[in-house]
Amino acid sequence: MSTLTLDAAGRLLASVPGWADSPPLAAHLATHGALSLPSGRDDGRWRLGMLAAIGESGLLGRGGAGFPAGAKWDAFRTSGRRPIVVVNAMEGEPASAKDRVLLSSAPHLVLDGAEVAATVIGASEIVVCVADDSGAAASSVEAAVAERRRARASRFPVTVQRPPGRYVTGEESALVSWLNDRPALPALRVDKSVPLRVGRRPAMVHNAETLSQVALIARHGPAWFRLLGTPEAPGSTLVTVTGAVGLPGVLEVELGTPVIDILERAGLQAALSGVLVGGYGGAWLDPAELGTPFAPGPLAAVGATQGVGILVALPVGACGIAETARIARYMAGESAGQCGPCAFGLPAIADDLEQLWAGRADASSIDRINHRSDTVDGRGACRHPDGVVRLVRSALAVFGDDARAHAEGRPCAGNAGPTVLAFPATPPTGRPVAGGRSS
Amino acid sequence: MSPSRGVAVRLRVDPVACDAYGYCAELLPERVTLDEWGYPVVDGTPVEPSLVDLATRAAAECPRRALLLEEVRVAG
Repeated sequence: MSTLTLDAAGRLLASVPGWADSPPLAAHLATHGALSLPSGRDDGRWRLGMLAAIGESGLLGRGGAGFPAGAKWDAFRTSGRRPIVVVNAMEGEPASAKDRVLLSSAPHLVLDGAEVAATVIGASEIVVCVADDSGAAASSVEAAVAERRRARASRFPVTVQRPPGRYVTGEESALVSWLNDRPALPALRVDKSVPLRVGRRPAMVHNAETLSQVALIARHGPAWFRLLGTPEAPGSTLVTVTGAVGLPGVLEVELGTPVIDILERAGLQAALSGVLVGGYGGAWLDPAELGTPFAPGPLAAVGATQGVGILVALPVGACGIAETARIARYMAGESAGQCGPCAFGLPAIADDLEQLWAGRADASSIDRINHRSDTVDGRGACRHPDGVVRLVRSALAVFGDDARAHAEGRPCAGNAGPTVLAFPATPPTGRPVAGGRSS
Repeated sequence: MSPSRGVAVRLRVDPVACDAYGYCAELLPERVTLDEWGYPVVDGTPVEPSLVDLATRAAAECPRRALLLEEVRVAG
């Protein structure tokens, strides 16, 4: 039975007594309880029971798409060749830290979830992918994998891979391409029901947080999981809050918590002109919309997305047009460059926004940004351009008065101020991403 | 009894393969336009039966094989 409290702060990020980071297996098990996996590979009853539990839990993927985990598992049980489980902890979103925090504070929880998933779908191997530029998180999970191997506590071969840390390399088809010794570039998937493959084996890719939720559902059951959250989006989730808050960082919150309440828990410091939600391919929320419950449905209803759980608070006085131009330029640089509408369209939109930011735009610039956004939307192999377009459109709505003033040569006073956003250091090469994993 | 069904085709561009040669817009201007950078824009609606032969030819003539004809089932 569960001994966890229902404090929404204490599920995934439950403190492990004596260990701020990288708790060893024994301390992890003392905190979260034992996880019993069936001893025989063919324990079909356990596997069906766990599949049903994940389905009943209503767990939605935490990697951005919000796909139901149970439906994903169902699709992998039928295939002939034994699949592999890929743990996606790439975290390419610059404003996100949740997966790194999770790997640092609870690496065994992520690995437990991967083992549960691998057992249910009959996988033969687990591969954990952590970006090559995230040091402490990778060390933590590598130590946890080594400890489980020494203790013979792992039922599967587990390896840690270090793909290049770029924005698009965490997109699942790009990640799988890299695992196949090809460049980490997204692929066009005409039929998404056809599984990605590493070699000839189907690859089930799951975000690290999703699997850590699986580890808790396997212990405490779907009814416990549903004690938090909404019927459509049950459970807790991790949110990275930055910007005009006193305590920037990763919080665990109940899904459905109003955005304003999350910001206040993070020490909201100022009146806001907008809040970036979801990620750099997310959307700006107007201050009047901050009562929106943080969950996929309510956020979609205001044109936003939960994404990977990012909130960036933009204080009054900062320039939303400047921040959006910075994001657009960064995202243009992170295009894989494979698809013309993305490779040419995103830099053109970034050019327009920078002109607008500087107050040098012509009167038709806003129309041109809207037109180019319509042109680019939906025309890449992956969703990279679509996310940028969503963000840009939301900026022109939320900061509409500012945008028009900029277009008339009157940029707002804050336009020369520092950014509240995080951007990685300029990478050494302009394009991702010569690939291939180490063996 | 199931409704009678037909098969239609719709156009799709493989954006990774496409290199903006533009032949498709020359051969099938009724259904393909080019954006300001020369890349084709198609919509996902079924191609009219009278244009299917031209669409098939446009797909075959693409140097990058980037214009795809997808079969879609339609009630009818």
